[in-house]
Amino acid sequence: MKNTAKKIYIALIFLFLYAPIATLMVLSFNASKTRAKWGGFTFKWYTRLIQNDDILKALGNTLLIALLSSVIATVIGTVACIAMNHMKKRTRTVMMGITNIPMLNADIVTGISLMLLFISFGFRFGFGTILLSHITFNIPYVILSVMPRMKQLNPSIYEAALDLGASPVSAFRRVVFPDLLPGILSGFLMAFTMSLDDFIITHFTKGAGVDTLSTKIYTEVRKGIKPEMYALSTIIFLAVLVLLLVNAAPNKQDARADKKQAARF
Amino acid sequence: MRHRNVKNKALLGGIMLLAAAGIAGCGSSGGGKGGQVIVYNWGEYIDPDTIEMFEEETGIEVVYDEFETNEIMYPKVESGAASYDVVCPSDYMISKMIANDMLAELNFDNIPNAKKNIGAQYYEQSKGFDPENQYAIPYCWGTVGILYNKTMVDEPITSWAQLWDEKYADNILMQDSVRDAFMVAEKLNGFSMNTTDPQELETAKNSLIEQKPLVQAYVIDQVRDKMIGNEAAIGVIYSGEAIYTQRENPDLEYVIPEEGTNVWIDSWVILKDAPNKENAEKFIDFMCRGDIAVKNFEYITYSTPNDAARELIEDEDIRNSEIAFPDLSKFNNLETFVYLGEDGDALYNELWKEVKSN
Repeated sequence: MKNTAKKIYIALIFLFLYAPIATLMVLSFNASKTRAKWGGFTFKWYTRLIQNDDILKALGNTLLIALLSSVIATVIGTVACIAMNHMKKRTRTVMMGITNIPMLNADIVTGISLMLLFISFGFRFGFGTILLSHITFNIPYVILSVMPRMKQLNPSIYEAALDLGASPVSAFRRVVFPDLLPGILSGFLMAFTMSLDDFIITHFTKGAGVDTLSTKIYTEVRKGIKPEMYALSTIIFLAVLVLLLVNAAPNKQDARADKKQAARF
Repeated sequence: MRHRNVKNKALLGGIMLLAAAGIAGCGSSGGGKGGQVIVYNWGEYIDPDTIEMFEEETGIEVVYDEFETNEIMYPKVESGAASYDVVCPSDYMISKMIANDMLAELNFDNIPNAKKNIGAQYYEQSKGFDPENQYAIPYCWGTVGILYNKTMVDEPITSWAQLWDEKYADNILMQDSVRDAFMVAEKLNGFSMNTTDPQELETAKNSLIEQKPLVQAYVIDQVRDKMIGNEAAIGVIYSGEAIYTQRENPDLEYVIPEEGTNVWIDSWVILKDAPNKENAEKFIDFMCRGDIAVKNFEYITYSTPNDAARELIEDEDIRNSEIAFPDLSKFNNLETFVYLGEDGDALYNELWKEVKSN
């Protein structure tokens, strides 16, 4: 009884999460442009997608900006964490507060203020301004996920490495960094997703002729979103799914190996 | 275990990196010999081929950018964040831009096709927002009317009043935007749709509140799919969408109500501080050419004000369609939105909030 309830509950959660995506995937094979009518099964939106330079360019921009901004933000954020870790407690709390504010700010406020900033400094709007603003809003997320990891570190280990003759740089690289890595990676992934997601900040900081996927999709709202976008979303979803499965498969073996090892002891 | 996990995540990152680098490599940009022109237009509001043809013929590189609503276009243009040359706003937004001195006066000698091909009645209608026809050249236009499903009503629909008929309770779709919704109520009561008279607006508001229980949903672009899917009997819709919905569902019929309606016009304008004015003129002139305008008409399917283009439409049904090309002189009380000033906008928004929250 309890088990069935559990299963139904999980099924419901999955239904709510995936029903919209499933609808979209089904519609990407619909020959008719409207969702109200099934016009037969077709791959034509996929072939049109491949031929549509604008969409592919927007996809390229999106991935490139997400990647560059999250890498750069990860470096800056991690360095900032190291610095903050060595501050006095009060300054550190104040600094943490300051870095948290941009996350609480509404996106539209961040977007417009960045736009105004770029204008007053005479920037030329384009790829560069989008990248700069993505780095800006990504940094707090990196700090947020690296900082707790930092606090867990035992400072004596670093000191012990120094005592044993390591230079500060190699002590950091070989002792501190490996322990921080999970935090850094999750910060990187979070930054990457935030950047992929963003519409409103990109809208206000982009120049003419540069589009990311989200701004491109949004411009289609008035005339109706083109089914090519359904096709693209389906591909992206499947790609991520495959990556996750590939990622998860060896872990299972690991888990089994771990268990075996545990049993032996 | 943990290290393994980390390695996998790194792998994932690596794959994404490769994907990004690979796709980004495809994008390329080249500068034109004849300089450039920066165009800011609605999304999906041009046949991409015509841009390529323009670039080939003139050697001018087109930097093309798109917006989704007038309201989101305005702050970008006003701030000067990206210096655009040519923009294609709607009627009321053009009057706002004129009021704020953002537009350049056009030199029609450099845009001969605009004088030659665009029908006189559209310039006449444009006077509502551009009184001297100095700033705007009509690009797309249409009416707002009622789309109804012949199988779901038992009488011809002719009037906005039928949107208040209890027979159609839960079968009515209204537009979910302030001005469009108030337009319906104002026309119903015989007012101008540009009125700012508080008394008249109060009456219109009460009509909308009275109608609210009958309305199935306030929608924007879902009206297309809902009407095609037989989910509602009557809905307020833009004429440009009507042709498309009819093609998908032959039971649908479009009508301009007898009380009059909104004639909207999206027009090309050149910004006052446009960096490439000459190229902007060339671009607009090119878009006004009959053979180009007809390509755009076929792509966008919104009515074209270009008489030369209309001659070139091959499909006779479309060329003579009452929906796409109604004879404006046959209808009474056709109006075009104008900018009502900040106070007017605020008043409308306030009343609309009351309607929606009632």
